[in-house]
Amino acid sequence: MGRIILDKVRKAFGETEVIPPLDLTIEDGEFVVFVGPSGCGKSTLLRLIAGLEDVSGGAIRIDGVDATSTPPAQRKLAMVFQSYALYPHMSVRKNIAFPLRMAGMTAEEQDKRVNAAAKVLNLTDYLDRRPGQLSGGQRQRVAIGRAIVREPSAFLFDEPLSNLDAALRVGMRLEISELHKRLATTMIYVTHDQVEAMTMADKIVVLRAGHIEQVGSPLDLYRAPRNTFVAGFIGSPKMNLIGGAEAAKHGATTIGIRPEHLTVTPAGGTWTGRIGVSEHLGSDTFFHVAIDGIADPVTVRAGGEVALHYGDTIHLTPDLAHLHRFDAQGLRIA
Amino acid sequence: MARSVTTRRKTITTALAWAIGLMIFFPILWTVLTSFKTEAQAISDPPVFLNFDWTLENYAVVQERSNYLRYLWNSVALAVGSTLLGIVIAVPAAWSMAFVPSRRTKDILMWMLSTKMLPAVGVLYPIRLVLIHFGLLDTKLAMIAILTMINLPIIIWMLYTYFREIPGEILEAARMDGAGLRAEILYVLTPMAIPGIASTILLNIILAWNEAFWTLTLTTTSAAPLTAFIASYSSPEGLFYAKLSAASTMAIAPILIMGWFSQKQLVRGLTFGAVK
Repeated sequence: MGRIILDKVRKAFGETEVIPPLDLTIEDGEFVVFVGPSGCGKSTLLRLIAGLEDVSGGAIRIDGVDATSTPPAQRKLAMVFQSYALYPHMSVRKNIAFPLRMAGMTAEEQDKRVNAAAKVLNLTDYLDRRPGQLSGGQRQRVAIGRAIVREPSAFLFDEPLSNLDAALRVGMRLEISELHKRLATTMIYVTHDQVEAMTMADKIVVLRAGHIEQVGSPLDLYRAPRNTFVAGFIGSPKMNLIGGAEAAKHGATTIGIRPEHLTVTPAGGTWTGRIGVSEHLGSDTFFHVAIDGIADPVTVRAGGEVALHYGDTIHLTPDLAHLHRFDAQGLRIA
Repeated sequence: MARSVTTRRKTITTALAWAIGLMIFFPILWTVLTSFKTEAQAISDPPVFLNFDWTLENYAVVQERSNYLRYLWNSVALAVGSTLLGIVIAVPAAWSMAFVPSRRTKDILMWMLSTKMLPAVGVLYPIRLVLIHFGLLDTKLAMIAILTMINLPIIIWMLYTYFREIPGEILEAARMDGAGLRAEILYVLTPMAIPGIASTILLNIILAWNEAFWTLTLTTTSAAPLTAFIASYSSPEGLFYAKLSAASTMAIAPILIMGWFSQKQLVRGLTFGAVK
């Protein structure tokens, strides 16, 4: 079980309101990702759910029970911190067993569960080491182990991968996704990395300045961003957002077109431009193209084998079926 | 060129450091030397440095005249008792100031420190009268309480500095893992702060051991520590320098030995947070 409902939850630090009243329902077993630029309140929201911060208004219900003023220790939630927050003076075994010890479990039961978790996380050989003797990835596994042994009703992850190097990050991302599939427990995951959000989430919550900009599945957000903020935030490279006369032609203040929805042709085409920087990824090439009448360079995705160079003139045609239109408030025009 | 300058500078600073070190150590050395002289040699002019008739007579006399062990026991009881009591009070206090500070935390810390600036003699009589009223004058209980109160600001300040170095996320992790406040302080914070707590204890034992104003004014016999033992040999006639020195040597020896063996811990404790 792990259904979490935020009902008009509000948080202010002194005079500054970091989270204006906010409603959100997280279904049991869902993998929800809070994503947004730094300072958007995503970590604060997670800490409110954890109980590490007190709400300034509203209510938090966990499995139907009002948990608004329940101390974190009694919310049956487990948390994995960005810094791992392992107990440096305890061995890996004792770290993982700590929540079980706090729950008053017998030594045999503790051992049984710790060994099972260690096996799942490939930590069996490291159980008697101290956290200081482990690598970043291993520490992260210990933190996850400490979270899973107590079988919480939901897991909270606060940017757990941002201290790892790129290669390890991809690996851990898969491991966490796999863990979710196996345990089918609610997971709430905070990140500023939209790739993590896209690849892991069942449901993404995009936040800006404490406001929820949009909630939906990764592909919903990708295909139908509710506003220009979400349009620019989800997807890599970013969606091209074009204003001015070009947008007016489509009856909008801003139009958006993703790099893969532009076709490159040697002649003809809607727009003509000159290639600036190209990024060759092997499988794809991204060209940054300066177009007359459009302020910012437009990013275009082409195949890996395309032989075009700096300064070449190219012609682009947007796929009108995938053209996004936004009004003066930045909201999507249906 | 650069190299020779460095070497010369090194020599000068080393010599200077030794000179200052010896200057600080000299009174202790002189006390120890004097304790092995006869009373006549102790006041001879010009003073004798090493070439005198070494004698243990002063120690024998001191031991005969007063019960060193009783004073020693009182010193240990006051220093250790007041330190441990102080730690028990200071750990939760420093925890709250370091991890759940309020807007007034800084002010409270400054206010606590300011009490150390109060001239102790200013409150001597009120305290003395209170102790007399409750029949606590010259009792170890009262002295432990007073020494605890005197040193509490320093204990809290030191622990506060150590606790500030401990990442709050680890304590939050403990809370998420189901630890209540007691378990959080007992199983997570305290073990992590052991080095800091150890140096705080060491320094505070030294401070309490050397405290002379209150121990001399509020004790006579039953709670009198080694400071009183030394004082009992300082006579206005000044004829017992050698015996006074013997008593002093015996009084400072235990704490000096403890300090010597724990100097690494002490230096680390005193510079903690400053160098990092």
